[in-house]
Amino acid sequence: MADTALPLEAGTTVNRPGLLNRIFLHNLPAKIAALPMMATVLVVFVGCTVWTIYYSFTNSKLLPTGKFIGFEQYERLFSTSRWNVSVSNLIAYGLMSLVFTLVIGFVLAVLIDQKIRFESAFRTIMLYPFALSFIVTGLVWQWIMNPTLGLQGTLRNLGWTGFTFDWIANPRMVLFALLIAGLWHGTGFCMVLMLAGLRSVDDEIWKAARIDGIPTWRTYVSIVIPMMRGVLVTAVVIIGSGIVRLYDLVVALTNGGPGISSEVPAKYVYNYMFSGGNIGQGLAAATMMLLTVLIIMIPWAYLEFGGKGRRT
Amino acid sequence: MQNSVSIRDLSLNFGSVKVLEHLDLEIAQGEFIVLLGPSGCGKSTLLNCIAGLLDISDGQIFIGGRNVTWLEPKARGIGMVFQSYALYPQMTVERNLSFGLRVAGMKKDEIERRVQRAAEILQIGPLLQRKPANLSGGQRQRVAIGRALVRDVDVFLFDEPLSNLDAKLRSDLRVEIKRLHQRLKNTMIYVTHDQIEALTLADRIAVMKNGVIQQLADPHTIYNRPVNLYVAGFIGSPQMNMFQGTLSGSTFTTDDGIAIPVGTYAFDTPATGAIKAVLGVRPEHIVLGDEAANMPFQIDAEIEIVEPMGSDTLAWTKIGGQAVTFRCDSDVVIETGQKVRLGFDTARGSIFNAETTNRL
Amino acid sequence: MSQTSVLTGVTPPQTAAQVEARGARPKPFFTPRKIIIYSILVMFSLYYLFPLYVMFTTSLKSMPEIRFGNIFALPQAPNFDAWVRAWTSACTGLTCQGLAPGFWNSVKITIPSTIVSIFIAAVNGYALINWRFKGSEIFFAVLIFGSFIPYQVFLYPMVMITRELGIFGTLQAVIIVHTVFGMPILTLLFRNYFASLPQELFKAARVDGAGFWRIFFEIMLPMSLPIFVVALILQITGIWNDFLFGVVFAGTQNYPMTVQLNNIVNSAQGTPEYNVNMAATVLTGLVPLAVYFISGKWFVRGVAAGAVKG
Repeated sequence: MADTALPLEAGTTVNRPGLLNRIFLHNLPAKIAALPMMATVLVVFVGCTVWTIYYSFTNSKLLPTGKFIGFEQYERLFSTSRWNVSVSNLIAYGLMSLVFTLVIGFVLAVLIDQKIRFESAFRTIMLYPFALSFIVTGLVWQWIMNPTLGLQGTLRNLGWTGFTFDWIANPRMVLFALLIAGLWHGTGFCMVLMLAGLRSVDDEIWKAARIDGIPTWRTYVSIVIPMMRGVLVTAVVIIGSGIVRLYDLVVALTNGGPGISSEVPAKYVYNYMFSGGNIGQGLAAATMMLLTVLIIMIPWAYLEFGGKGRRT
Repeated sequence: MQNSVSIRDLSLNFGSVKVLEHLDLEIAQGEFIVLLGPSGCGKSTLLNCIAGLLDISDGQIFIGGRNVTWLEPKARGIGMVFQSYALYPQMTVERNLSFGLRVAGMKKDEIERRVQRAAEILQIGPLLQRKPANLSGGQRQRVAIGRALVRDVDVFLFDEPLSNLDAKLRSDLRVEIKRLHQRLKNTMIYVTHDQIEALTLADRIAVMKNGVIQQLADPHTIYNRPVNLYVAGFIGSPQMNMFQGTLSGSTFTTDDGIAIPVGTYAFDTPATGAIKAVLGVRPEHIVLGDEAANMPFQIDAEIEIVEPMGSDTLAWTKIGGQAVTFRCDSDVVIETGQKVRLGFDTARGSIFNAETTNRL
Repeated sequence: MSQTSVLTGVTPPQTAAQVEARGARPKPFFTPRKIIIYSILVMFSLYYLFPLYVMFTTSLKSMPEIRFGNIFALPQAPNFDAWVRAWTSACTGLTCQGLAPGFWNSVKITIPSTIVSIFIAAVNGYALINWRFKGSEIFFAVLIFGSFIPYQVFLYPMVMITRELGIFGTLQAVIIVHTVFGMPILTLLFRNYFASLPQELFKAARVDGAGFWRIFFEIMLPMSLPIFVVALILQITGIWNDFLFGVVFAGTQNYPMTVQLNNIVNSAQGTPEYNVNMAATVLTGLVPLAVYFISGKWFVRGVAAGAVKG
């Protein structure tokens, strides 16, 4: 990355500008042009994060003016069953979603990569849900899963009276309903990523493996998948950060119900901030979400960027 | 003796595109054959067909007397080395070499023995525990050769194995491949677009163009007696000088009206009457000064450009309207603008029919 | 066949075939492998297509037909009544103006947000590659890192900022929010693209005396059409499909289509009209679907470009 280096350094050293000059005037148009980016980084990504963390330690109710109360909001957070349900839902949904998205995405990519006919038709069909919003996704599946008039009702009317597909109305199954809709939306995208990864494997590797007499499945497992490490990591990070944000889909499909059985943290935050009138509680929940992401991100960032010297 | 590889009437089409057409090639046991040609001439395609990596449209392939036309690559008794090395990046060198054998369920000690032997032959013993990313280009290519070696096969296929290396390494490895061939005495089929590799390595070279073998012969014949204009032009750097003109009896008259005696030329097919022809003379067969005085054909010319190459010197001039290059010893002092006497003997040249482009 | 060969000791037919093998390997049209591949692909295709089918067919049915029919059936008398209702008079719980206002709000949000966010990101990418200054890489790193932080962390402070600026509950607020949160991915996109252009071009322009903006507009932009198309696809679909920012920042009057749709389906009182709901859903999905089908391969490039890090 650093080798796309800059042509301008030479000119500047000759002029030997002063410190102020270097900070403000050198390259001025570029700095002016980058102001929106700097503002975004400083005000939003850094400023707002700090603000949120700070006020999560206050007792702010309708307005963020409360006084500092330490970890009280967090204590309350973890004694609220709705939050605990949200967290365990997210963990359960997240693990299932991550595993199934990766597996389905990979399997579909492998199948598509077998020099099949109608490849682009299959690809188009698999990816189009990704173009739709979570709201649309949620509402369509809500209708399909409608116990009386949807799939269940239809199949029962057709004579299969024992057929049960009432997952959105069943607290124990509602996460699977979310999962079906979520996978419908996102697996095509994962397939595209994996396919790009598969296609980036040098053709001659495949030829060499054939000469060596290595069966196709073994080539995938022992050679290709290890070579796709980069794509796999990218996919996990993207899918993972999508899971943490899970919100619209829940709002549209179940709105957290039945009861609180499909609540998720993002929804908890929103409800406390904007309709519950308890900003401090919402901010504490948001901070916990941030913490979760950091716990996932930091090892990844370390692996990806920290060990650079080793890989080059 | 039975031929090691024999290709009979092989054709390959991709849809309506004919890539290879009715190709025949017989390769003797222990022979080093180079398939030479520009990109897109079908040489790599042919190699992939022999390997079984491409399905052919018609014809047969025999390896070691066995009809392997329908066999999987692994069953054909071949090893292959690729341009991009195609090493398995996540495996150590040792595992790269042994992976195919392990999958085939070979006994541990036999695998060990073969890997050790390959490592010894290729001098990669100290690298066995490294991963390909930590090897230099030359080392990687040796490992790739090793992977073919452990398969203990009769036929080695090389697909432009040196193209990704820099010039110095390329000439080093070229010598090593030659040494390897002398030691193992395997049949080797080697694809390249580099004529130096072809001329230095091959027992026989097959010059290919548009899916057809133009000439199949030993390097000396290919260089000195090219069968047609294409081969003559493709082999040799700088290119052979080509004079357009008319051949009548034992005189070749260039389009500029310069008469060149060709009485010493050994015709393959003597021409009758006056026909349009092309006379080709290699740059190193043109001599100057005193030497030129003994030549059947002599002419005065003015030097236009001089390119000292170190070992020898290239000079550019004109004979008639035709630009001509000649090569002379680097000790000969010539300079731009100098008038020199040039001469050559068409006995060492080539004459082609201008219409059929074939050698006369 | 095999019996006779055993009895007579004649070489088995396979060996004879082997000797005579000629031309392409014989390949049966149906191999078990092919059948498995295609059946899995078709099965998944049904999973992906079924909701689209249900969405369309339901929207063309009448309510009695839905109540007594089945979800697989084609509409008996397809008509667009539900579509008209959804567009003009469906109730959101507050008003009964249909989706039309939401559609126009989405248009009013999407167009400026797309333009502003792409322009700013293009300038960022260009400055990051060609005019690096002290700290520019740090800003970029934080920007990328920030893109993984859940939006919920920024929501409340952003509400306060827009409120301070006096634009909370207006289209401007939504546009700013989209620009801010689209910035990481778009900047990354443009930065990587500009990095792939030959640096000599930029140097030559510098030698010719062109400045920051001149090089940007006259050299870089004309070469950036492909990445603009990718960014355009990414932003149009992304912003059109947004729900969270719309519901928080736009204000009731400016709710985008997704928010209106959700209100129509999930907050309406009285008996639900599933045909109208599905018509509304189809209508909301039409724009991104159109972008998807028109852009074809570009959409794939867009999502892949968004995913692959420099």
